[in-house]
Amino acid sequence: MSDRITPADVAHVARLARLDLTEEEATRFAEQLGAVLDHAAGVAALDTTGVPATAHPLPIRNVLRADEVTPSLDRAEVLAMAPEAESGRFRVPPILGEVP
Amino acid sequence: MSATAREIAAAVRSGALSARAVVDEHLARIAAGDGEINAFNLVLADDARAAAEAVDAAVAAGRDPGPLAGVPLALKDNLCTRGIPTTCSSRILEGWCPPYDATVVERAVAAGGVVIGKTNLDEFAMGSSTENSAFGPTRNPRDPSRVPGGSSGGSAAAVAAGFAPLALGSDTGGSIRQPAALCGVVGAKPTYGAVSRYGLIAFASSLDQIGPFAANVGDAALLLEVIAGYDPRDSTSIPEVPPSLSDHLGGGVQDLRVGVVAELVDGIDTDVLARLHGAADALAAAGAKIEEVSVPAAAHGLSAYYLIAPAEASSNLARYDGVRYGLRVAGADITEMYGATRAAGFGAEVKRRIMLGTYALSAGYYDAYYGQAQRVRTLIIRDFETAYQRVDVLLSPTTPSTAFAFGAKADPLSMYLSDVCTIPSNLAGHPAMSVPFGTGADGMPVGVQVMAPALAEARMFAVAGALEAGAP
Repeated sequence: MSDRITPADVAHVARLARLDLTEEEATRFAEQLGAVLDHAAGVAALDTTGVPATAHPLPIRNVLRADEVTPSLDRAEVLAMAPEAESGRFRVPPILGEVP
Repeated sequence: MSATAREIAAAVRSGALSARAVVDEHLARIAAGDGEINAFNLVLADDARAAAEAVDAAVAAGRDPGPLAGVPLALKDNLCTRGIPTTCSSRILEGWCPPYDATVVERAVAAGGVVIGKTNLDEFAMGSSTENSAFGPTRNPRDPSRVPGGSSGGSAAAVAAGFAPLALGSDTGGSIRQPAALCGVVGAKPTYGAVSRYGLIAFASSLDQIGPFAANVGDAALLLEVIAGYDPRDSTSIPEVPPSLSDHLGGGVQDLRVGVVAELVDGIDTDVLARLHGAADALAAAGAKIEEVSVPAAAHGLSAYYLIAPAEASSNLARYDGVRYGLRVAGADITEMYGATRAAGFGAEVKRRIMLGTYALSAGYYDAYYGQAQRVRTLIIRDFETAYQRVDVLLSPTTPSTAFAFGAKADPLSMYLSDVCTIPSNLAGHPAMSVPFGTGADGMPVGVQVMAPALAEARMFAVAGALEAGAP
């Protein structure tokens, strides 16, 4: 079993990713992810001195358009697919402050 | 009716065949066979009949419906179809209907294609077997006890089973080519940027590409020509006009230099390797020059990919939070809602990849994992460039083995190894395709992979055509 990543590491990462996990899942994923990271360790060992990173196969450039108003998505159609909508907006539970 | 897509389109355009009859025939096959295969998440019988009738009306009125006239087309269910459920085979998008069509869907429909249904996939395109679908697996039409491959297993199976002559899939690490090989059909991934990703639900944005499935090389070229080309709505869309493929299909391979990639024969089953050598022999018999070439960094492609792709996925899947679309699990506050929604909505493989990606990007690990993987990506691109100074195309197996049984690769790492031959092309942004070439010892299909430099699809398809002509 790999000890590269612990259940505590998995729990931390799950919090970062806003994913609730059970203790059993945290343990199981720690084993599975550890095995993948062990395999990927071969990459960490390569000599890449002086090699630039490639984030994208093509050179990325900003694509601009004329600053003209054009139709966007249909608001009613978009809100019809929302879990909860009110007054033309997406309704969500409290973000800040105390739960009422 | 086992006509090719080209034959169907020609017959419909000339009025010799009605699009309605074509779609009815294919809907009947789906009704008879898809209960077992489960290629489709959604069959669009009424919409398809209406679309077919519109094609017939155009022909009757003297208008040309286009090069895909009346041809039924299956769409991987991560391609947005306006007003039609698009689920990515995930509970988190179950029942969600996009408010827009993907560019490739618009183009295929404008060319006369008849969308017949949305096909099953590994959830959010993460997988190599379609076992990770939240709606049940798809079965390989050649042997229903085996997987069709993934993530575009539904599209591959739909074409292999004769449910549709054409299908679209997406390929991030091999998700078109690998299922094509396992199901015995043609599957192609274009040059990165050659086909618009607008409306493709993103997995890994620097790797994802949409491409065709078909029963033969000519039909795959036809569909790719229809969907390719600049799209201002995709900021990574390349402005160059794509070359015609159909004009070059019969070009042959006389004096073409073909390199068999040395690093991609490791860990390959002996019967699959035998077919690769048979393919090289077939190309030699057709006049090509075969040699072995080395792409050393390709051996590290798998490791680099399983750091880069999950990292990009962890970012792309952050949007599934229960706020604007899809599943919402109630929470007392927004953070609880996020955590509970994503826990309930995502399957295990998606969760694993999100966490792997988050870990690789997190403070303290970013440079050792993600940063290093990006530098390895540069090495792979450079090694391909070196190889292409000596040869015109590269050849390899598409997959290490033929289709495996359900549950055979339950360990995630063993599943990831299925992509070892396909991944390098995604990292480099190069085109690559799988062509059926005989069977393995178990009688299941084997695919051979042709790789070409960026924008060399015409050359790649010419080689594929020669392989098809020389296949056992």
